[in-house]
Amino acid sequence: MADHGPTEKMNLFTAVNGALHIAMETDPTACVFGEDVAFGGVFRCSIDLREKFGPHRVFNTPLSEQGIAGFAIGMAAVGHTAIAEMQFADYIFPAFDQLVNEAAKFRYRAGGVWDCGGLTVRSAWGAVGHGGHYHSQCPEAYFAHTPGLKVVVPRGPYQAKGLLLSCIRDRNPCVFFEPKALYRAAVDQVPVGDYNLPLSKADVVQEGDDITCVGWGTQVHRMLKAAEMAKEEGISCEIIDLQTILPWDVHTIEESVKKTGRLLVTHEAPLTQGFGAEIAASITERCFFSLEAPIKRVCGYDVPFPLIYEKFYLPDEYKIFEGIKEVCA
Amino acid sequence: MLQSSRFLCSHSLPPGGVTAWVRRFGSRRKLTAEEIEMPFAGVLAKQYVHRPEFKKTYEGIPILRQLEYDGTLVDGIELPFPLEEGVAMYQTMLKLTVYDQIMYDIQRQGRISFYMTNSGEEAAQVGSSAALDLGDVIFPQYRELGVLMWRGFTLQDIVDQCFSLKGDPGKGRQMPVHYTSKKLNIQTISSPLATQIPHATGCGYAFRMRRQKNCAVTYFGEGAASEGDFIPAINFAATLKSQTLFICRNNGFAISTPVSEQYIGDGIAVRGIAYGINTIRVDGNDIVASYNATKEARRLCLEEEAPCVVELMTYRVGHHSTSDDASRYRQDEEAKAWQEEGMSGVGRFKRFLINQEQDMKLAQETKKQAIQAIREGDKEKYCPIDEGLFEDVYDTPDWRLREQQAHLHKHLETHADKYDMSRYEPSAAFPFPADSKPKK
Repeated sequence: MADHGPTEKMNLFTAVNGALHIAMETDPTACVFGEDVAFGGVFRCSIDLREKFGPHRVFNTPLSEQGIAGFAIGMAAVGHTAIAEMQFADYIFPAFDQLVNEAAKFRYRAGGVWDCGGLTVRSAWGAVGHGGHYHSQCPEAYFAHTPGLKVVVPRGPYQAKGLLLSCIRDRNPCVFFEPKALYRAAVDQVPVGDYNLPLSKADVVQEGDDITCVGWGTQVHRMLKAAEMAKEEGISCEIIDLQTILPWDVHTIEESVKKTGRLLVTHEAPLTQGFGAEIAASITERCFFSLEAPIKRVCGYDVPFPLIYEKFYLPDEYKIFEGIKEVCA
Repeated sequence: MLQSSRFLCSHSLPPGGVTAWVRRFGSRRKLTAEEIEMPFAGVLAKQYVHRPEFKKTYEGIPILRQLEYDGTLVDGIELPFPLEEGVAMYQTMLKLTVYDQIMYDIQRQGRISFYMTNSGEEAAQVGSSAALDLGDVIFPQYRELGVLMWRGFTLQDIVDQCFSLKGDPGKGRQMPVHYTSKKLNIQTISSPLATQIPHATGCGYAFRMRRQKNCAVTYFGEGAASEGDFIPAINFAATLKSQTLFICRNNGFAISTPVSEQYIGDGIAVRGIAYGINTIRVDGNDIVASYNATKEARRLCLEEEAPCVVELMTYRVGHHSTSDDASRYRQDEEAKAWQEEGMSGVGRFKRFLINQEQDMKLAQETKKQAIQAIREGDKEKYCPIDEGLFEDVYDTPDWRLREQQAHLHKHLETHADKYDMSRYEPSAAFPFPADSKPKK
């Protein structure tokens, strides 16, 4: 971890809130908006922003995700920094057209004369224990199929603050998914001041020799637990947090797999057509002769997210542990 | 494509008219003199003005009220249903408040994960649903338990769903309050907002096409009406002539967002008018007006084979949900004022019934029965893991699902000590005993 000055204990939602405060302080064109943002947001991520920066820069929108996305693109198109909140990633789909057909193609279709690079869409993402179909989903793969977007998922408060500030300042439209299970649960020493963490750069969380395990968001913590179990069986795991799903850092993974000879990829979203498939295909192309076993994907099952069966649905540490053993057998 | 008639200007035309393509009639013919005078299709304008004039304000749409705060009917209005039915409606509202209170409390105790109360909107829900036919298909949002109960949704149905028990037709897959009932013609509740509204449009079209004397009825909040799905829903219904009732519960808040930040126009009803739909606005805390408006809307809908919009003005007395704390964004006094006897839908109708010397006390057992059902629900099983998790994705599971089910079975065999499976009904594929609980 680079030195970014004095730190303070923060959880993920306070880290996001801290990033938003800094973004608003350092950029007078920045605005924060979305459903129920004005009173602090349903996850408290926008708390105190309205009091500090005023109702013109921090405001509620009417209840329409496609409206939020389109509005944000319009602001960004004329040089503003638009930080839009989608209350849940499960509700981002009405905005899909705006994000996929408009934001993602804004620069390309204009030959670079127009862009909406000041756009960042934040959204609460992933399983939370009691969310059922519509408060649990991980839709990153849909957006990862869209050239022109950047898609980012932090694993903890330190990453959340640095990566969110990078997304806000990046000159491309970014979709920033915040693992809501970690809003309160994850606590880090987080720099109080301003810092950016690089986009499109994976983070080697733990070095190891026998197998490379790749995941993002909440899944990184499950990989670390599985690696502990594997260690007792004499298996050394290299854990990589992909951090940016698109455009992704193939080189860090490639280098790691060339060292370990084995790869496991894990995500909460369903197996079929998840981003794990892209990683597996690319690494097969690049590392075929280094691989000592087939690449393993440990993912959600191909079913809608099921409330009361969540613990069986999720690719938890025990399933990852079994996957590691299988690949290393 | 532009119609050639759009380029015409009556002052420069010969009096005999011109021959032009009129696309809306699909044949080549002369425009009539009237058409030349007003050649623009799709507007109701009858005259031209010669100075720029912008239209914005207009007289607001009035609110139908038939039961006064003091519980008396407005002069000339009679009770539109038999008194016994009124007592039954009142008791449904009371039961709803009892169930809401108990379910809210047990959520606070952590026995269910989530709940949404209906308080403040009981009369809007029960009054409107009492005017419907059981053959009408309901497309609900999520705050309409009173509608469901009037149609026959039982305490056990509520407990089964909110506790994710095997009696829940949805097999415990959705969060609490996401009810469904094929028998009662209630489509499944889903959390995304407004998505059900166009479904009601399609259903209402199907009913008209097959000459079925029923309506599709959708309920939604004023916040949901801001979603993209709302406008095509009412516009399709108007243009394609769907037998659909669009019932908006305008309760003042979408989570924390007040109506003043949701829209600037005259409520939701004005949008029905804008789209050429028969529209009415009602005091939703007046159960008589809610009933009468919905009854009439239903009659019109079937008679004209066209949609109706009903806006029920009410107030969300409770929090948005158990995940919300309304004191963060509004004064508690405001909600209290709406609970005053004359203001609240339940209280106002109570006054009416007292005036009629009706004995409408809710049986003492109601609360006891609810607590008993919950106590038993606590012991009841969930659906088997294989059925609950892997069925109904498709009509028949494909190879992936079969493989994944086999994977889970093997995994649970290996790690039976890591998962609490005690609540799930054992099945042939997952025969794990009821005492299989994590050891640590």
